[in-house]
Amino acid sequence: MIHKNTVSVEKDNSIKVKAKLGIILFFVYLIIYAGFVFIGTVYPHVLGFKVISGLNLAYVYGMGLIVLAGVMGLIYNFFCTRFENKMNKEEEL
Amino acid sequence: MIYDVSIIAILIFIFFVVAVIGLSFYFGKKTTSASGYYAAGGQINWAVNGIAFAGDYLSAASFLGICGMIAFFGYDGYLYSVGYLAGWVVALFLVAEPLRRLGKYTFTDALDAKFDSRGIKLAASISTLIVSVFYLIPQMVGAGALVTPLLGLPHWVGVVMVGSVVIFIVATAGMTSTTYVQFIKGGLLIIFSILLTIFVLVKGINTNPGEDYHKFISINASIENGKVTGISDASYKLLGQHNEKEQTFVKLEKEGINSWWKLNTTGAAPVLEEALSIVDTKDGKKLYNGAPKDARKFFQVGHTKKIVVDGKEVESTGPVGPFEFIRNIESSVIVRFAKKSFTFNDDKVTVFYQNPTSGADLMKPGMYYKIDKGATFWSRLDFISLMLALFLGTSALPHILIRYYTVPSQRAARKSTIVAIFAIGFFYILTLYMGTGAMINGGLDVESSNMSAPLLAKTFGVTLFSIISALAFATILGTVSGLIVAASGAVAHDLMDKYMKIQMTESQKVRYGRIAAVVVGIVAIILGILFQSQNVSFLVGLAFAIAASANLPAILMLLFWKKTTAKGISWAIGVGMISSLLIILFSPTMYDIMGLPPDSAPIPLQNPGIISIPLGFITLIAVSLITKNKRVQESK
Repeated sequence: MIHKNTVSVEKDNSIKVKAKLGIILFFVYLIIYAGFVFIGTVYPHVLGFKVISGLNLAYVYGMGLIVLAGVMGLIYNFFCTRFENKMNKEEEL
Repeated sequence: MIYDVSIIAILIFIFFVVAVIGLSFYFGKKTTSASGYYAAGGQINWAVNGIAFAGDYLSAASFLGICGMIAFFGYDGYLYSVGYLAGWVVALFLVAEPLRRLGKYTFTDALDAKFDSRGIKLAASISTLIVSVFYLIPQMVGAGALVTPLLGLPHWVGVVMVGSVVIFIVATAGMTSTTYVQFIKGGLLIIFSILLTIFVLVKGINTNPGEDYHKFISINASIENGKVTGISDASYKLLGQHNEKEQTFVKLEKEGINSWWKLNTTGAAPVLEEALSIVDTKDGKKLYNGAPKDARKFFQVGHTKKIVVDGKEVESTGPVGPFEFIRNIESSVIVRFAKKSFTFNDDKVTVFYQNPTSGADLMKPGMYYKIDKGATFWSRLDFISLMLALFLGTSALPHILIRYYTVPSQRAARKSTIVAIFAIGFFYILTLYMGTGAMINGGLDVESSNMSAPLLAKTFGVTLFSIISALAFATILGTVSGLIVAASGAVAHDLMDKYMKIQMTESQKVRYGRIAAVVVGIVAIILGILFQSQNVSFLVGLAFAIAASANLPAILMLLFWKKTTAKGISWAIGVGMISSLLIILFSPTMYDIMGLPPDSAPIPLQNPGIISIPLGFITLIAVSLITKNKRVQESK
């Protein structure tokens, strides 16, 4: 049984494809994040290695995870907006 | 720590508080419906909501707690920044839009949308209450920590002040005012954090943090059979020594003032190094560096002992870029302050002694979470547990989730999450510079790890200190407002309206929501006073763990596993919540708070997530499979 939601929810034909994209991107990020935790737990000394321009892996990896979240967010929004525009427009036609 | 009260600080503080209350009052007049109170009528612009998300999320834990933890433990504090931000990926990719489609006012609405189950309503509303209260504790602790230096008031007064102001705000307004307060506060917090970071980089790294910084001295000592028998400075008198494992602390006296020193035998000749001390004397006095608090002998600390730039030792780097700053920190030696407590002639002595630490060690994990030197199975598990809870906790926080109902569409929910990721991510990058800046510029109050960001600002002038402190206070006001709205929603909307089915008009729903806000606020005040000494970021980590254990399995499985049943959700929330609470209750930290030896805690984990989150998922799957026939019947 589904009881009704009183907040107006627009009709959206792209729900499934957006959800699929979200799951893929989530797992991509999860693997990279888990890599950070794995190195920190099993090979913590590796995080002290200098990797780029005299900066250690801990700094580069940590900063990279923060920047990556923003970049992946933009990619996700770009494709979701395209799916919404295309699939909901097709419906209108 | 002893702080001077500044008139500018008081004026700026009053301005911020009055502005927040004024804004709340203005929007409060417009709030007459339940939709307006809990979800701002669903009409907030996505960009405003995104920054308000940042305002909600960048709580006392982020600004005070993370900066403080970085200042005290280096990169380990930054782990919170990485984990907190990573959690938004889960919120964006998996939760934001589906939750927006399912919900109405609260997280419970969304979970219950497919089932209309009383069990879900009860479990989800209790979970919302508990997570909100656990999240409220660190905000209150942070408020107390702030008013001491800002207004010269005791910790408990700060807690009561925040509690009272917020209860007033929430009880008079609701989600619209909370949103705009958070929007302004989130924006200002980021702007002033940028400013503070620029100041840190322009100043660079110096062996002398400033003219006002205390000049630590060393005295040569002579030793016979492990006992200090003489010192080179005749103005000091040797009073005694205390040996603690391999460390020796020496008590000296000069001009009627007693002081504690640490013996260092690693150099060519043994020396006594000046330390800070707090002594509770047997006759009931409390002495800071040998004198009463009012004598102002205690001071803030944190400096660099050795700076190496391109292989050469220098006194100062001059202005540096963000990458150069980190590189130089890694090649420097920074003086941190370690704590040791012992009893000496019936006096309770706490010594904070100089502990030179390599910058390379500080700029990688391991100072707080033992994952490298001295690591054990449990300490490694604790690290994984923390990172898991931070990653999964964000999208299970009720006061964050309700913000998906304040925007008009799914697309707006998505876009506002992306704005939040950018704003929050940028702020978290700055925390590394603010925390490290505090560590090397005398921004440490050895008594409280929560004051590093404001104390760093203080090294750049009283005006900046006042603005940063008032902003931090406004940060707490805003976050507490959001939490209390979520908690009051759980009581008045989920429990009274939906679970107990009490017939209420729209205005009655708002009134009961406001009464619930007052009660939750009072509970938060009491707990904020009890948890005074804990790092706020650590406490928020616990709230994340409870949220991730109780709520996330239910949210994710509801959205992505068709066999999920109402009973599965209710049981998962219950088991996740209770197991995480029990693990916290029997953890070393809680034992410490209860005055028991932390080592005797039966569960050696500080963070419960690694056990309680999988337990929540397993419970949901098992109970859903057991009750699947009922689900099929229900769907028929």
